[in-house]
Amino acid sequence: MAFVSSLCCRECSREYAKTPINICEWCFGPLEVSYDYEAIGKAISRESIQRGPHTVWRYRELLPVGDGPVVDLHAGFTPLVRADNLGRLLGLNNLWLKNDCVNPSYSFKDRVVAVASTVAKEFGFKTLACASTGNLAGAVAAHAAKAGMDSYVFIPADLEKVKVVGAAIYGPTVVAVKGSYDDVNRLCSEIADNYPWAFVNINVRPFYSEGSKTLAYEVAEQLGWRAPDHAIVPVASGSMFTKIWKGFKEFEKLGLIGEVNTHMHMAQALGCSPVVTAYNEGTMDVRPVKPNTIAKSLAIGNPADGFYALSVIKASQGSATAVTDPEVIEGITLLAQTEGIFGETAAGVTISGLRHLVKSGAIRPDDLTVAYITGNGLKTQEVVEDSVQPLLVQPTFSSFQQALKARGDK
Amino acid sequence: MAKQRVKFTFPADRIQDPIIYLLGKDFNVVTNIRRADVTDNRGWVLLEIEGTQEDIDKGLAWVTARGVRIDPVGGDVLAG
Repeated sequence: MAFVSSLCCRECSREYAKTPINICEWCFGPLEVSYDYEAIGKAISRESIQRGPHTVWRYRELLPVGDGPVVDLHAGFTPLVRADNLGRLLGLNNLWLKNDCVNPSYSFKDRVVAVASTVAKEFGFKTLACASTGNLAGAVAAHAAKAGMDSYVFIPADLEKVKVVGAAIYGPTVVAVKGSYDDVNRLCSEIADNYPWAFVNINVRPFYSEGSKTLAYEVAEQLGWRAPDHAIVPVASGSMFTKIWKGFKEFEKLGLIGEVNTHMHMAQALGCSPVVTAYNEGTMDVRPVKPNTIAKSLAIGNPADGFYALSVIKASQGSATAVTDPEVIEGITLLAQTEGIFGETAAGVTISGLRHLVKSGAIRPDDLTVAYITGNGLKTQEVVEDSVQPLLVQPTFSSFQQALKARGDK
Repeated sequence: MAKQRVKFTFPADRIQDPIIYLLGKDFNVVTNIRRADVTDNRGWVLLEIEGTQEDIDKGLAWVTARGVRIDPVGGDVLAG
């Protein structure tokens, strides 16, 4: 049974039936999915969830889908790993990493697109589309392939080819737009208004974004049915940040976990940190910026959910921090060399942001802390290619021994 | 006739300029403000613009040239 009660405007609270729209016709505010929690509470329990599949679909009653088949690439239910090595270096005794590098197309975007593609099929769309510089494109093209849908992926024309291979292999139509990121944004909004397509983060965005709630459900379940003391999340549009909070609060409301006292902390790359800037200035007004950072997966200059992400920080007594590009690389390296997890640039932002938070005293050593690693480092290898420094040796044993000795090895 | 929904973000030195009035007057488009937040040093306005596509494009180019940032009402859609 499907439990969506309506789409509700976050600004003026006007309600709409479940339809593929994302903006309130009255005030142009964003729409949010509302549920019948009383009915959900009667339908699910810890035990029923535990009997479900090891994917995002074990929480389907809390996702905005109907009763029919879902588009299933086995997204979600990724490992939550205890990070003692990294914790020791940072001064944390209870650090955990949510490793979303291992999703089917190697980022958390599989969660949101699993929901978006399922809803798109329910609405009768034949085509799935998005504008992306990497992760989202891969997730959309892969899910469209599985669902038997056509797909269109819009990219800036100057995007490196290697960034698109992870999407192009699934057979979408890749449209390279000659123009700035702003031009791509404007064009895609116009196309979404004029073509009968499911543009995952435009006309089906309210449903799409709900997929990120599973990042909270899984962590709560994997921690033994509790929310962490701190969650640190990389922020681009701010959507995932707000939905992780919504996920914890929904579990609390349904009695699946106890009271949620999680402090929500966000990390952005300094070269694109409009939400952190607003936080530091003590304002709720997020001013758009022109992105200039190596963390391309977080390079959203005009974040749709910036205001709401700041509201979550307030409600949870969290915080926000920004890290430099060299710190992004340090974070990627530190994560890889302590925990054996190769995350993309957003992971570098998270880990270096976490270091800031520990240093500032926002997180205490024994607090249960979860850091979200949202994408795989194989997608952004170029930023850490300087780490390739082989010992060059002749094909002789003595040459090898000399090379080790020269490096100072015993 | 075409319609476009956009967000204008004004820099501090443009807050006092009647940009939306002039957009409607000089480019023959109908402007319909839905939500706004303007103070003495910053401001944004969500509005719908209706007219021929050519007039809308010319008008928005003029607004951009005044230093006003124009975005889709739903925020950036180009994701990582």
